Amino acid sequence: MSATLNETASDIVLIQPRQAPTRHIGAAAWVRRNLFPDWKNSLATLVVLGLLLYWVPLLIEWAVVNAEIRPDAAACKALEDRGACWGVIAEKYRIILFGRYPFEEQWRPLIAIVLMLVMIVVSCVPKMWTRWLGVAWVLNFVVFFALMRGGFAGLAYVETSRWGGFPLTLLLSTLGIAAAFPLSVFVALGRRSHLPAIRAVCVAYVELIRGIPLISVLFMASFMFPLFMPPGTTPDVLLRVLVGIILFAAAYLAEAVRGGLQAVPKGQVEAADSLGLTYWQAQRKIVLPQALRLVIPSIMNSFISTYKDTSLVTIVSLYDLTGGLTLALGGDPNWRQFYLEGNLFVALIYWAGCFFMSRYSQWIEKRTSRGQGR
Amino acid sequence: MNAVTQTAADPIITYEKVNKWYGQFHVLRDIELSVARGERIVICGPSGSGKSTLIRCINRLEEHQEGRLTVDGMELTDDVKIIEKVRREVGMVFQQFNLFPHLTVLENLTLAPTWVGKMPLKEAQERAMTQLKRVRIAEQAGKYPLQLSGGQQQRVAIARALCLTPKIMLFDEPTSALDPEMIKEVLDVMIDLAGQGITMLCVTHEMGFARSVADRVIFMDQGQIIEQNTPIEFFEHPKSERTKDFLSKILQH
Repeated sequence: MSATLNETASDIVLIQPRQAPTRHIGAAAWVRRNLFPDWKNSLATLVVLGLLLYWVPLLIEWAVVNAEIRPDAAACKALEDRGACWGVIAEKYRIILFGRYPFEEQWRPLIAIVLMLVMIVVSCVPKMWTRWLGVAWVLNFVVFFALMRGGFAGLAYVETSRWGGFPLTLLLSTLGIAAAFPLSVFVALGRRSHLPAIRAVCVAYVELIRGIPLISVLFMASFMFPLFMPPGTTPDVLLRVLVGIILFAAAYLAEAVRGGLQAVPKGQVEAADSLGLTYWQAQRKIVLPQALRLVIPSIMNSFISTYKDTSLVTIVSLYDLTGGLTLALGGDPNWRQFYLEGNLFVALIYWAGCFFMSRYSQWIEKRTSRGQGR
Repeated sequence: MNAVTQTAADPIITYEKVNKWYGQFHVLRDIELSVARGERIVICGPSGSGKSTLIRCINRLEEHQEGRLTVDGMELTDDVKIIEKVRREVGMVFQQFNLFPHLTVLENLTLAPTWVGKMPLKEAQERAMTQLKRVRIAEQAGKYPLQLSGGQQQRVAIARALCLTPKIMLFDEPTSALDPEMIKEVLDVMIDLAGQGITMLCVTHEMGFARSVADRVIFMDQGQIIEQNTPIEFFEHPKSERTKDFLSKILQH
């Protein structure tokens, strides 16, 4: 028995690795495996294909072939819903994009938007993540407010209640996210504090805010907040709404961050402790980088929600992008019936922003996972 | 109890009637122990006997509830400043390595010297490379911990603990999570270190290691120090029944 075992051991020839069989790779194999693996899946594929063949031409006919792109209300009405009236956008885009902001001054919000978008894109590049980026953001907001508000150097003063459209949406979401994120980190850490008072405050905050709809938060921020202020001082409605959005977004974000904190093994903190790092050093250098990386998808989810939730400010009479649409079409009997096209336009703007965030989140997730896998 | 318990006049760690509970579980019971400067101690005992807890009290990863524990002349209390000072003098190596996975090997080693020791980065990096050479792994400095084998990770962890030039090194079952073929490379590094006069407390079941480097072996069971002696006496002439029973179980094979 042992003799035969020895014999096989000395006869062994190492097997060289070879390529996978070709029938498992390539386009044909993909189609076979994913679309027609058996009769049930093949049937489903054919049904879906049939529906697409029916609907896509209808959509193209409505959106392209029969569509009217001139801002001509009579021509649009003549279509009788057989084609899209893109002319409504050509006619109304300035009100949709800038809301009630004075028409002649709309170059100011335009510059503000461009600046803000440039800042957002620049901030996405990891090479730029220095303390100068923080300074640049502060400057950016200062310039944004100065441009929008005016009242100096010959710029006409425009009160915040007249700010509207896309600049307002951008301002509320960027400032909302920028302020809510650090707040949420502190709240998440606070919920795990060993000091009962801090823990209680953080739990109460999260549970209270999460328990009410954003609409109520905005209402309260708008109408209740002034009751607690000294008489005669009414903080700006924009500021009040902004505080509401920040508090609301931070409560959700804090839970996402806390999920990440819980996933970091206890041994990491023990190692940091044993090296003599203070609590804040350990959180900043060891725990948070790992925790936040783990919850990038949920954090981005919250960011996307916040971006879209800003549309709720219309209920306290601020006209963001969706408010701008109502403003543009609601009072105009000539164009009122083309809400669908206007909505598609606004939806496209939101979708572009959300899609960008989503793709960026995937990219940054991949990038920060260096060294994490094997 | 016997000669070795009466240690030198200059102890670096002293436990005086130290007690600790996890909830109602009495994990350390009236611990009396004094460790001399430069002494090398191996602590063994069945699981749940309190041996890890015993050494984790030294750098306050666990707090004791009764008695006095003094490390290098500083009594451990709730005083955060004292705890921070003690931690700078005590290095620790864990069973699960606990390297920081988001930092490279070199960054793992320079983190504490630059943040805790306020050392310039360049100097910290030089020192880190010296320590990496010492554990024979300098060529991996740019990699991330999870790209290394378990044995390599544990050697990095030892180097990391040494970067703050601690007076005391604690090892909490440093080879228990390793594949068998990697245990030797870690023990070799530890034996190396033992020859350099640093005070070592090591929780381990590597009895070969205990025989060759320990000045004293401590046996714990149910939160108590049952027996302590020189390795030769401990292994050849165990006194208590529980020690004999334990040794017969782990030395069987």
